[in-house]
Amino acid sequence: MTTTLDVDRLIDNPGMRVIVCCGSGGVGKTTTAAAIGLRAAERGRKTVVLTIDPARRLAQALGLRELSNTPREVEVEGFEPAGQLSAMMLDMRRTFDDMVLAHAGEKRAQEVLANPFYKTISTSFSGTQEYMAMEKLGQLAGEGTWDLIVVDTPPSRSALDFLDAPQRMSTALDGRIIRMLSAPARTGGWGLRKVVGAGVMMFAKVVSTIVGGQLLADASAFVQAFDSMFGGFKQRARKTYELLRSEGTSFVVVASPEPDALREASYFVERLATEQMPLAGLVINRTHPVLSGLSGSRASAAADKLDENGEAPLAAAVLRLHADRVAVRDRERRLLARFTKAHPSVKVVGVPAMPADVHDLDGLRTIGDRLTGS
Amino acid sequence: MSTYPEVVGVSPIGWTEQVSRARLHVVTGKGGTGKTTVAAALALALATGGRRVLLVEVEGRQGIAQLFDTPPLPYEERRIASAPGGGEVRALHVDAEAALLEYFAMFYNLGIAGRTLRRMGAIEFATTLAPGLRDVLLTGKLKETVGRAEDKGRHTYDAVVLDAPPTGRIVKFLDVTKAMADLTKVGPIKGQSDGVVRLLHSQDTAVHLVTLLEEMPVRETIEAVAELSAADLRPGAVFVNRTRPSRLPARSVSPAAAGRVDGSRVRAGLAAAGLHLAAEDVAGLVDETVEHAIGVLAEQRAREQLAEVDLPALELPDTNHGIDTAALYELAEQLVDQGVR
Repeated sequence: MTTTLDVDRLIDNPGMRVIVCCGSGGVGKTTTAAAIGLRAAERGRKTVVLTIDPARRLAQALGLRELSNTPREVEVEGFEPAGQLSAMMLDMRRTFDDMVLAHAGEKRAQEVLANPFYKTISTSFSGTQEYMAMEKLGQLAGEGTWDLIVVDTPPSRSALDFLDAPQRMSTALDGRIIRMLSAPARTGGWGLRKVVGAGVMMFAKVVSTIVGGQLLADASAFVQAFDSMFGGFKQRARKTYELLRSEGTSFVVVASPEPDALREASYFVERLATEQMPLAGLVINRTHPVLSGLSGSRASAAADKLDENGEAPLAAAVLRLHADRVAVRDRERRLLARFTKAHPSVKVVGVPAMPADVHDLDGLRTIGDRLTGS
Repeated sequence: MSTYPEVVGVSPIGWTEQVSRARLHVVTGKGGTGKTTVAAALALALATGGRRVLLVEVEGRQGIAQLFDTPPLPYEERRIASAPGGGEVRALHVDAEAALLEYFAMFYNLGIAGRTLRRMGAIEFATTLAPGLRDVLLTGKLKETVGRAEDKGRHTYDAVVLDAPPTGRIVKFLDVTKAMADLTKVGPIKGQSDGVVRLLHSQDTAVHLVTLLEEMPVRETIEAVAELSAADLRPGAVFVNRTRPSRLPARSVSPAAAGRVDGSRVRAGLAAAGLHLAAEDVAGLVDETVEHAIGVLAEQRAREQLAEVDLPALELPDTNHGIDTAALYELAEQLVDQGVR
């Protein structure tokens, strides 16, 4: 039997230091993270919400106007939480820049920052955002300023991307491949040739023809400059990974009641178990519970009868929209049942849909209430 | 069945002559709007009446296989469905790494090194080094399928439908010219990508946008149309997905959204239908009505905003029982009814 995810118990636990909200794109992760953060602050915790790419109006609700690298306290007229609420919108490029500056000497750092290949890596590499989110989380946790950090994960295709990002990043920045590609003869020499065969040499030659000598030279220079810092980066990534596995961390998986989102949620739940990372439970966002006990079939039959007689159009409309809603609710239940059958031990809570988009603290507070059934 | 009563703003004028001339249909949309479903339904609709259509995915999600309930697709064209009237839909899952190796194999002899390179992550690295390379390879494969001809000169595919990256990345993905600026001006890939640029910027390509009647997806759609036009790419049609019927009489919507639902009238109407409900069940019905009305108003606003983009629009109703193969055929039929050919 599935038990209910108790979010209040989670945020009231003083030992709980990090809550990570994850899920596939478009399920309302950011809103959920913000609602949890707000609720925790109002229940007395000194909270910071790290958002990645919030909708503009949600960002405004939190008083965020631009990307930044340091959290700002949310100051809204009449908002006086028992604890404190701060928020920030991750600036991926600046987080990366800061990291380089912190780990390299002044001269080295400037070399790296000016390298065209660094610009590519720091802005358009597909794992950078995820990696930087984890880096920022590590920094915020290290500062010790906050009781609770609520993290929103990047809007990636798959919920799993951010767990894999540090590994992808490490592979990309690992000097081995780039040395092979940029100077196959010198670095690998005959030894490498023996190991990987002539085809790899051909590949290296072809790649350098395609991507251009200059780009490879930039990349090579970048990796050399980066090499000295790389140990530090790897170590930090490992530390953040350990933080994610610690007792003070909880993952909240967010999904909408749709097959794709629930499938991603399933993968994620399994992956967390494999990585031994602590799962708090699943939030099913934007459900449509039925508010009246009347069955869908009776409602439809009654509406048909009214329509036939041409009377009471308002009541007929009310009955039809109720029947629609029952059908939606039934579908959502079926989808959820499929999930809970596969993962009977995962705690679940449904958050009824708000009739309109949320763009202020009141709206977030209402979501917090719905999230906790209060 | 009337799926769009009292439509405000967008009038579903459906498929235009110009859009129907396109041979490559690129389907994009914000995440969560159902673009894979729409791409599949569009492929079925285009195949209706005896045509052969290729449905392509490029993002490694295997969404098509899941939709048609088949095992994961290999990097190979496979028949996945037949369409009414003798048509057929084939599917292809393009994998960038496989495409790169296929590419090299055409010009160079890599031997068994391909596997080694893959294991080392070298291919991923090469595509990381020049992010445009991945897109050039994917769109290159796409172009090959669009242009492929049989012996008698007839195209192998009457149409190709692409389940494309989401709106946030679509222009970057399609604007191969820009990606090519990062690459050198020589080599076999250069020659091919020139052909890709010609195809993507021609009348033969239409970029369709899938949206829901919600604020964020609509805003992204409007932004994407502007970006596409600025990049000299051709927006095709807007697919408004998962529309729900407005059940209330038009004049009741605004008052109901403001919380004014005449409870006694509802109760009297229920009684006339022979329903005598507990007070709380009637109150629940009234609450549901208010929420429904707020939703209808929000959808109307979304429609008005969508009218800004001035593109042909098609609508697909929400299917309460979910999307399975049968539902896909229903959606395809709805598209055919709205003029898709």
